[in-house]
Amino acid sequence: MATRPVPEIPIAGDGLQREESALYDRRVLDYIERAAATGLYEIRGLGAKRRLPHFDDLVFLGASLSRYPLEGYREKCTTRTILGTRFAKKPIELDIPITIAGMSFGSLSANVKEALGRAATALGTSTTTGDGGMTQEERSSSKTLIYQCLPSRYGFNPDDLRKADAIEIVIGQGAKPGGGGMLLGQKVSPRVAKMRTLPAGIDQRSACRHPDWTGPDDLVIKIKELREATDWEKPIYVKIGATRVFHDVKLCVHAGADVIVVDGMQGGTAATQLAFIEHVGIPTLAAVRQAVEALEELNVKEDVQLIVSGGVRTGADVAKALALGADAVSIGQGILMALGCNSGSYVQGGKHYSAEADYRLLKTAPGYCHHCHTGRCPVGVTTQDPVLEQRLEPEVGARRVSNYLKTLNMELTMIARACGKQNVHHLEREDLAALTIESAAMSGVPLAGTSWIPGVTPT
Amino acid sequence: MVRVMPEAAPAPVKFDLSKQSVRELNQFLHGDLKDVARVRVENPDGAHSIAVAVDAPVRIEIAGHAGYYAAGMNQQGTVVIEGNAGPGVAENMMSGRVEVAGFASGGAGASAHGGLLVIRGDAGLRCGISLKGGDIVVGGDVGSFSAFMAQAGRIVICGDAAEGLGDSIYEAVLYIRGDIRSLGADAVVQPMTADDIAAVTSLLAAAGIEAPAREFKRVGSARKLYHWNADADQEY
Repeated sequence: MATRPVPEIPIAGDGLQREESALYDRRVLDYIERAAATGLYEIRGLGAKRRLPHFDDLVFLGASLSRYPLEGYREKCTTRTILGTRFAKKPIELDIPITIAGMSFGSLSANVKEALGRAATALGTSTTTGDGGMTQEERSSSKTLIYQCLPSRYGFNPDDLRKADAIEIVIGQGAKPGGGGMLLGQKVSPRVAKMRTLPAGIDQRSACRHPDWTGPDDLVIKIKELREATDWEKPIYVKIGATRVFHDVKLCVHAGADVIVVDGMQGGTAATQLAFIEHVGIPTLAAVRQAVEALEELNVKEDVQLIVSGGVRTGADVAKALALGADAVSIGQGILMALGCNSGSYVQGGKHYSAEADYRLLKTAPGYCHHCHTGRCPVGVTTQDPVLEQRLEPEVGARRVSNYLKTLNMELTMIARACGKQNVHHLEREDLAALTIESAAMSGVPLAGTSWIPGVTPT
Repeated sequence: MVRVMPEAAPAPVKFDLSKQSVRELNQFLHGDLKDVARVRVENPDGAHSIAVAVDAPVRIEIAGHAGYYAAGMNQQGTVVIEGNAGPGVAENMMSGRVEVAGFASGGAGASAHGGLLVIRGDAGLRCGISLKGGDIVVGGDVGSFSAFMAQAGRIVICGDAAEGLGDSIYEAVLYIRGDIRSLGADAVVQPMTADDIAAVTSLLAAAGIEAPAREFKRVGSARKLYHWNADADQEY
């Protein structure tokens, strides 16, 4: 009988065998150890960390002979973006197609909300309230403020509804489609608790379903109620977490949405179960394509605007989302990082101070932190702690966010001009090529150098 | 069942929904109502969103059945529905008073922050869901999952409650005279104190419903779900 070949087992210089299992690698071992020790799932902030097909897997086909480029620094390229043209008397007019995603006061400090409002106003874009109501700081600093109507209805009231520029009905978010929000007790400060009508310090669980309607036919009536309440003036957005996007977008159209926000699984959260973040939902790239196909099939692409979010980080990401058919994008995590999330230092009075020790207290380090849920944000962004929140000065935050948005917008117009477009909204799917088979299949863009779209064209 | 009109009630401004639209009605109600004390909505015929987002101390009578979201987000107004009400009656009410002479469908008084909702008949599923401070008095029974995640406010139920009463309740307090088919997670029957009896008495009086306050049971939160506890049995 032939002997079986003995697999080679790596032996390091210290003579120890270290054959790591692909199935039970150190990450999985940590997970099991933790589960066994605590009997509770892990909760964390931010979005999916695993590698997923994304905008990085697409490239632009710049103009050359068959297309005619525009001068990068001289020729006009408009970024003006109008949202809510279908039924609302007063659509939202933005100078750039890059908006700031809904992030609650509670998950973020009041200083941060103010900084976001100032930056958005300076750049001519909008901010969005989040699950916890409208703060005075955000309303007064943000020229265009989108007011969310969430399942929890925390702090929801008709006075703030009337003060809003548009209403966003949140069905779900990309980080946790099918799940409600969470805000752990350490972030439920007296002010947050009062706004949400909750006892201070409790571990807050938001509802995952709206209290007064249950399905798409009800949503038709709910949207009409909100329109009646606001005399049909304000655009109504509907936000969905990306899962069965094709059908859900069609139902949003049927329900009467002016604008549909589709949030892919890379979208962030202030606190959610790890299993939700990494294992529920589909990537943004696939979501955009399905959303656009649904709008095209219903022949409403010109009437109903599409906002895409979930891992939009760069000007190139924005350009790709627009080329795939989005009218605008929404950014959450990138904005937090512009404010200093995961940075090693924070700025006070114009000087940088190291935050490393506070990352260490959270048992993490700059670049790896996803500890928004703890409320101990070392750079003062995702906290309600009266000391930590001072680490983010609204002026500094506003400047950083407006610089970030400015950079993204410049990259966006640069790419649009290179593709020969005088308007960023003229970017189209034909301007793109895919680098991987997965991204080609998900986005409906041909694999670079071929005309092959898996699942669409014959091989 | 229908409350008798007070004597010498001012002549109402009339809207006939068989001829006029809900849009016209609501636009009128959102205008300057300082010289309007009373509005009568005729032929409502189950229309949705009647008298939503009213913010004036006006009396609105709906002469028949209302559809979804009647008197939604009410502030200051007194809205009397002389028939039955569809889902979400007085949803997110902030203040004022909403009365339903007949039955109310699901989600009655959902997420109401204030005001008083009176339902003389039965209420359907999820009555007082996500309640945030309003008061609800139900003359009859309530359906399953009533007071689900109710955060603040009070609900008086003169009849019975179906499954899952007060599931995941926070600081809201429920008073029930009849039977509870089952309590939801973290909801417990608590002793009635003198303050509770006084509260029930005054809520019943405000609603104009007669019932012996002493026969009510109190249901509130055991507060076991307020914090995640790694060592406790997980309910999630």
